Amino acid sequence: MSARLKALLLVLPLIVFLGLFFLWPLWMMIATAVQGGTVRLAFPQTATAIASWDGAGPPPASLQAALVRDLRTDTPQERFGDAVRTLNSQQAGFRTLLPRTARAVREAGEADAFDLVALDPRWSEQGYWLALKRSMPAYTDANLLAAVDLKRNDEARIEPVEPDFAVNRAIMLRTFVIAGQVTLLCGAIGLPFAMLAASVTGWKRNALLIAVLLPLWTSLLVRTAAWLILLQDTGLINQTLRALGLIETPLSLIYNRTGVLIAMTHVLLPLMVLPIYASLIAIPRNLMPAAAALGAAPLQAFRYVLLPLAMPGLLSGSLLVFMVALGYYITPALTGGAGDQMISSVIAFYATGTANWGMAGALGLFLLVPTTVLYILYGRLSRTPLVQT
Amino acid sequence: MRDLDPFIHFEAISKVFGTVTVVDALDFHVARGEFVSLLGPSGSGKTTLLMMLAGFEAPSGGRIHVDGRRVEHLPPYKREMGVVFQNYALFPHMTIAENVGFPLKMRGVARAEREAKVKRALDLVRLRHLADRRPSQLSGGQQQRIALSRALVYEPKVVLMDEPLSALDKQLREHMQLEIRALHRELGLTVIFVTHDQGEALTMSDRVAVLNRGKIEQFDTPSGLYDRPRTRFVAEFIGETNLLAGRVAQRQGEAATVVLASGGSVTCDRAGPFETDSEVMVSVRPEMLHLVPDAAAPNALPVTVEDHVYHGDHIRLHLAFGESRLVARAGRRDAAPPIGSTAFASFAPGDCALVAP
Amino acid sequence: MTFLKSILGSTALAAGLVIAGLGAATARDLTVVSWGGNYQDAQRKIYFKPFAEKTGKPVLDESWDGGVGVVQAKVKAGTPNWDAVQVEADELAIGCADGLYEKLDWGKLGGKDKFLPSAVSDCGVGAIVWSTLLSYDSEKLKTAPTSWKDFWDTKTFPGKRALRRGPKYALEFALMADGVAPKDVYKTLREKGGVDRAFKKLDEIKPDIVWWESGAQPLQLLKSGQVVMTSAYNGRISGINKTEGTKFKTVWPGSIYAVDSWVILKGSPNKDQAMDFIAFASLPENQSKLPQDIAYGLPSKAAAAAVPADLAVDLPTAPQNLENAIAIDVDYWNDNIEDLTKRFNAWVGK
Ligand SMILES: Nc1ncnc2c1ncn2[C@@H]1O[C@H](COP(=O)(O)OP(=O)(O)OP(=O)(O)O)[C@@H](O)[C@H]1O
Ligand SMILES: [Mg+2]
Repeated sequence: MSARLKALLLVLPLIVFLGLFFLWPLWMMIATAVQGGTVRLAFPQTATAIASWDGAGPPPASLQAALVRDLRTDTPQERFGDAVRTLNSQQAGFRTLLPRTARAVREAGEADAFDLVALDPRWSEQGYWLALKRSMPAYTDANLLAAVDLKRNDEARIEPVEPDFAVNRAIMLRTFVIAGQVTLLCGAIGLPFAMLAASVTGWKRNALLIAVLLPLWTSLLVRTAAWLILLQDTGLINQTLRALGLIETPLSLIYNRTGVLIAMTHVLLPLMVLPIYASLIAIPRNLMPAAAALGAAPLQAFRYVLLPLAMPGLLSGSLLVFMVALGYYITPALTGGAGDQMISSVIAFYATGTANWGMAGALGLFLLVPTTVLYILYGRLSRTPLVQT
Repeated sequence: MRDLDPFIHFEAISKVFGTVTVVDALDFHVARGEFVSLLGPSGSGKTTLLMMLAGFEAPSGGRIHVDGRRVEHLPPYKREMGVVFQNYALFPHMTIAENVGFPLKMRGVARAEREAKVKRALDLVRLRHLADRRPSQLSGGQQQRIALSRALVYEPKVVLMDEPLSALDKQLREHMQLEIRALHRELGLTVIFVTHDQGEALTMSDRVAVLNRGKIEQFDTPSGLYDRPRTRFVAEFIGETNLLAGRVAQRQGEAATVVLASGGSVTCDRAGPFETDSEVMVSVRPEMLHLVPDAAAPNALPVTVEDHVYHGDHIRLHLAFGESRLVARAGRRDAAPPIGSTAFASFAPGDCALVAP
Repeated sequence: MTFLKSILGSTALAAGLVIAGLGAATARDLTVVSWGGNYQDAQRKIYFKPFAEKTGKPVLDESWDGGVGVVQAKVKAGTPNWDAVQVEADELAIGCADGLYEKLDWGKLGGKDKFLPSAVSDCGVGAIVWSTLLSYDSEKLKTAPTSWKDFWDTKTFPGKRALRRGPKYALEFALMADGVAPKDVYKTLREKGGVDRAFKKLDEIKPDIVWWESGAQPLQLLKSGQVVMTSAYNGRISGINKTEGTKFKTVWPGSIYAVDSWVILKGSPNKDQAMDFIAFASLPENQSKLPQDIAYGLPSKAAAAAVPADLAVDLPTAPQNLENAIAIDVDYWNDNIEDLTKRFNAWVGK
């Protein structure tokens, strides 16, 4: 076997892994986000007829007739369902309107002159027909646009959605802000904690590490209960502070951003502490004494020796925490307040709640791309350590 | 005498870890500009003593004065000592120049001055061309010299070295020994040098403190230690020696006559503190022991030749003296008596020392 | 990273398919899926175990948290790994329209007239009737709230209150608090300005609302005194009163009830067995045991009639509880859930 082939075989698992866990999902997500055509598949005659309608006037009778013919055809139920889902996402109401119309059309028999508006006045609304027209192309940017609170108006120009419905950008931004805040908090707590853990030995070190790892091993249920006991208005912290006379009215520590930050920092802390700890214990034992012997006061030794040497750990930890935090939603949902939802909960809503994979894919794309970039960055950082020993 | 200028003064200094006394009430001075080695077997407390001086261990009792000032309460970074650690402790994330400049930076020395001093310090160890490398790109010997240059760059009053050469191979070690000595001479440094290699201690030092179990067995010049060991430990630890058990029969001023347990008696010019009737050991270096044909020579002991071992530059003769075994060193040209023959081993009264058994 | 997870999940699924194709010969045991917690414990006792004993074949049970996307993913994968699933009304309607479920054999169920009309559909038969209603801790609140108006009255009842996160239920309750008669709630929501009116009403108590996510949360919130009132599921309230001795009370007028149904996933390899199971779970003599453990109403008319009177008063199906209660409007929500969720999220974050 040639050396080159051998080398290829060696990296094959990596390539398969990358393909399986990055490229394929990325591709899938793009594909589901932009794939249209479900409506064309389910309503082929309508597709032809609607192409010649300019969308300005009322839908011509021939278009209506084409739709009725399509509805009469025995379309596979699942294909019909996909089309309904796409349409309802464009125009709320299709969900009930189409099945009802289909049922009525089939019961009415073969007469072409079926009066749609008489069956349901919604058929007289322009919006439904425009939505039909917009949904015909095989590829659509509707989901991608909607993911950033944009849409195409009736003239097919891109414009922002009504302020009442503009929510994704805000939630996306909030997601990044919360992830950033959690990363900062984890760093601020994790670094001293890791330093402490690395400076002691024996059971003390084990106890510290177990303490920080504990949330990884407890179920969400137990953790949530623990936060509640600690953080609620009548919780341990508030009671203690009140008993000490430090506060009079309880601090709001849960069901708001504070709660989210506390809970997420708690869960994600190990992801910060472990890499820092690893880089700290890798520091040769005599470097800190050497720094002191050479005249570095403790703060200087920290600033010029310990911190730079712990930096790879701190960076990996930060990236890790940030990336994982981006995907959180159950914890913020359980401990947060009104304005603390993160983007993953919206994605989950579309994916599992309404089976709108297109929207889920589009939103996921906006989450996956920065995550992937960060992951590659992380890979770089962890492969080329600052310190070569 | 250098002792008149007690630059570093340990006063009843001790260190106890738990119940173990690791350094036991030591008293000694190091003079300004002196090169002093701490020599002793593993665990004898050398590092501990050095670390107390550097400020990494707090003494359990006693005082340390440096240049007339008590230093026990000072943190390490205020003691102004250059320390060279056993495995160099170079900062891996800094270049060589940054490593060497580190002590200056910590002292707030301005950049321009810093760079000039770093250059000078690197010139001192002849490694200026490596200034921009990282420690990981240097050989062990080069790293060692950088560590040295870093300890010297801010011109500390004292340089402390803890087995700085133990990780180097023999040739490099000998080379570095010469370099360190040269630097010491050139810069007029006061050096305290920890080693468990007696050869290193003897060749490099002005004086050597032999430590054993936290106590100083003898603090003396290299030749003093070799020629006039005061304890059996020193006699055995430094070089090789023949020890003959006996009892002091008579003192004549500095000299004494010792009746040996294996029979016969010998005279030694340096009897030390031993009174008549005290049990002693007579220490005679192998190269001081000569084989002679007749009993008329001074301190002649009847021996049987058991073996010769050829060593290139010399021949070692293994001798039986009653129950004891002796080793003598003969020049390669000397005619060695045949194995099994009897002869007399003789040494001059000035070539032996009495030590406690 | 839920989406990533689901993508990874589908990757695994795809891999699983290949493997399943290879090992198709090994049959899977009947798998029944319900909503977990003490409800599923009760079901295990009165349905799953007895059915397994009767047929002599094991019954596997799993739990889920709903979502038509979950069902769709399973069905689209080819052979689903679930057979009989208890779904909510909206999942029933969408899934049935989209062909995610098998048609039920009503002959085995004894005919459609044996069940409440709202529990009957082509794809599913009702399993329980449950209510979302106003609840409070009678040990903490001295004056009892009696309506959603009281829920909105922060003067008489100071303190926080909790609602389920999302537009569903919140909009209905807001309209009721604004004086809309329960039976007119969905009519109002469908009218122009109806949704605006509901959001405006929600604005009034927005700072006082804690939004809950999982059904267990309102109980904790009440118990700890974090909120004075909350919307909650009726079965959970009577459940915690029984197990932990709390004195939580419920307000039936203005409650919204819904029917959960049993369905069989399309392409289930255990279709017949699943049908038998559903028939077994719909038998009056089996179903009537449920209220002893958990206070859910029974869709089987005969089963409902067999419930002892002292238990029957706590059920959503008791006549006095149905007065001024309404059924969730599945059609309305299936049409509007995406838009209104968007709007809710925008509103709640403002
Ligand atoms: N922190 C400590 N706690 C307890 N005992 C210690 C500690 N440090 C050193 N010792 C003990 O003190 C004794 C002297 O140690 P020290 O390191 O000074 O020896 P050393 O002479 O430098 O030996 P080596 O040549 O092996 O370096 C040893 O027995 C060691 O086990
Ligand atoms: Mg040592």
